[in-house]
Amino acid sequence: MKKMLATLTGIALVVSSAIVMASESSDTIKDPAEEWQHLWTEVLVDLYILGGIFGALAIYWLFKYRAKDPDAVGDGPNLSRAQVWAWAIVPCVLFLADDLYLGASGWSAWNVYRNVPENAMEVKVTGSMWNWEFEYEDGTTSTYDVDGDEGEKGDGLVVPVGTPVALRMTSTDVIHSFGLTKYRVKEDLMPGRVTYIWFYPKEEAKSWVTCTEFCGASHARMYAPVKAIPQAKFENWLAKRAKEEAEE
Amino acid sequence: MSAESEKFNLSEWIFTTDHKRIGVMYLIGSIAAFGVAGIMAILIRIEQSSLGPTLADDALTAGQQYNEWLYFHGAAMILAFLIPGLTGFAANYFLPLMIGAADVAFPRINALSVWLFWCGIIVALLGFVIPDTPDIMWTGYPPYSILTGGNTAFYVFTVHLLGFASILGAVNFLVTVIYMRAPGMGWNQLNMFVWSTVTAFVIQLVFVPVLAAAVTMLLFDKYLGTHFFDPSAGGDVLLYQNLFWFYSHPAVYVILLPALGILYEVVATFSKNKIFNYKAGVYGGMWGVVLISGEVWVHHLYISGMPNWIRVGMMISTLLISLPVGLLAISLFGTLYKGAITFELPMKYAISCLFLFLIGGLTGIPLAITALDLHLSETSFIHAHFHYIMGIFATFSVFAAVYYWFPKMTGRMFNEKLGTIGFWLNFIGVNVTFLPLFKIGIDGMPRRYWNYEMFPQFETWHFVAMIGALLVAAGMLLTVSNWIISAFNGEPASDNPWKSKSLEWTHTVSPPGPGNFLKPVEVETDWTPYDYRK
Repeated sequence: MKKMLATLTGIALVVSSAIVMASESSDTIKDPAEEWQHLWTEVLVDLYILGGIFGALAIYWLFKYRAKDPDAVGDGPNLSRAQVWAWAIVPCVLFLADDLYLGASGWSAWNVYRNVPENAMEVKVTGSMWNWEFEYEDGTTSTYDVDGDEGEKGDGLVVPVGTPVALRMTSTDVIHSFGLTKYRVKEDLMPGRVTYIWFYPKEEAKSWVTCTEFCGASHARMYAPVKAIPQAKFENWLAKRAKEEAEE
Repeated sequence: MSAESEKFNLSEWIFTTDHKRIGVMYLIGSIAAFGVAGIMAILIRIEQSSLGPTLADDALTAGQQYNEWLYFHGAAMILAFLIPGLTGFAANYFLPLMIGAADVAFPRINALSVWLFWCGIIVALLGFVIPDTPDIMWTGYPPYSILTGGNTAFYVFTVHLLGFASILGAVNFLVTVIYMRAPGMGWNQLNMFVWSTVTAFVIQLVFVPVLAAAVTMLLFDKYLGTHFFDPSAGGDVLLYQNLFWFYSHPAVYVILLPALGILYEVVATFSKNKIFNYKAGVYGGMWGVVLISGEVWVHHLYISGMPNWIRVGMMISTLLISLPVGLLAISLFGTLYKGAITFELPMKYAISCLFLFLIGGLTGIPLAITALDLHLSETSFIHAHFHYIMGIFATFSVFAAVYYWFPKMTGRMFNEKLGTIGFWLNFIGVNVTFLPLFKIGIDGMPRRYWNYEMFPQFETWHFVAMIGALLVAAGMLLTVSNWIISAFNGEPASDNPWKSKSLEWTHTVSPPGPGNFLKPVEVETDWTPYDYRK
């Protein structure tokens, strides 16, 4: 009786804490990059286990069953009908279970990737051979000239820390792809279509967006800096950039 | 036999309808393509080995020539080396022998296939000397492939010629296996390699026409002014990618299955053992792969802006590939169990293939998961993944095949010492090249980039990868020269030096003459090619 009570209490505690956690997470924003890292670790464990089993068995058998004399022949088992089926169905069920587990984890991470938070700042991204153009909500634009002189290359994509950034993307010529390694996101830009992704800059950082869909001779030179800076500094930068543009 | 075969007559080779000679012509053509593609690979590795242009003076030239090397390397390796090497060379030479047939069902169509293949190789090589060399990657995505100044037509015609060769081969071999098995040979007595060829050709027959249609539409868009892929006139850029990968993902199984088939033969022979759970391997594994192969192509389009629901759906179907591939792995690895294993050169290649298969196969799992692919796609990680599973694994299996059947094809033994040095150079070299690429890929190194000035931290690993590529180059030279020297000057080999139980070893001489067998082959109802205990 005591045991049962303890078990029930335990279950109640787990369930209630899960509910608390769930309600907490509904008002904090989930970061795709963190989801990625979490899922990646999970998958790595899976890979090491699978690889370990097959690899260790192969090495052990190669050692154990090496031929003792040149005329030796193998003695592999004759499987009965039932064993043939068992050796097909049991592994399939195990693999299927693993697949569905990974699929479920992958799906929930995918939902984080595809559901843009409501307070996200939107930036329009246009790719062309071979440069990036970023247009902010107020119409201000920013770009980056790889071949420009130092100090005159432009600022690339500048975003405020703490605000999710949603990118609405298209291309003017061929297919490009917005690959942003630091935030673990990537999506193609195509003529005639609009695609989107979002990322969550949580601290000050400088990283690079690189074009990750082959687009010709200067494909490997189609990159731009992505700078996450504090909100106040960002507002100053945007105002300055808007003024520069008005003068141009 | 020997006096006749020593007199060399070129027109006898060109106009031959003998499946064995056709097989050898496939081998020579595909190794030639492999050689040129290998030189491109070395150039690519050297270009990447240091920051900034390494083999050019300015960025534009560096980018342009790098793209041309990439195009040729990819197209030649897949279309002109791996597929013809496995289904052209190995299937042509050994499949009729394995089923006890005197030749294939349609020998003249077989000759037509190899001619088309050679024309394809020549067109592909010509592409390299014309002024407007194609620069569209082996995938040829529009709109770039339509807008480029490069010659997309050479790419399209290469695909057409090799595709036709493949379709004709598919019909021929399927008919051969269905109607020309030796009397008494049931479906469950076929060699694993025969099954793998059958399943690979079923895939070719179903899917090649889709690729042919896709590239023909490219041709029309670029040269005849149609608008299949031009959104400004109502076309759609994604249509091509869907058609292309609808063929080209199954195409990786056209490479994987015969490669596994070869490994089954080599592992069974050098373990003197029966295949573990043959039926699960064939009906669950190989046919399972055929069944699922056409439902997973969107995993090549995870970052292409496809609708969300299909990116999740194809994640599940892609993960399900692990079921048939898992069954194949269990039956292949299980064949070692209680074997009597010896480690001759073909077996060394086969064992290294098991390792490459594990690395390449397992690194496919994260790439199947959509969210993880959003970072890993188009990085060196994916580059390393498919080189392990498709490039190196399949290439090593071709090498295992050439060494394994070398005594059968030439009547001579290869030089084991030279071959072993070559093997270790190759094996160490490929790992030195590609393991670092996994590492920098996870850290974000984009693929198809000669220039990575924004990520200078990757320079060291690129340098290491170049060292690996040079090791491989040395290994390959040793390997191929070993074949050439030994084919003419090797020690004479017996008819069955590996003591295999398969028909090509037990029932005919080395090399087999016209008609293959001295008297028609019949097999007992309880015969199998893996029955070592008798």
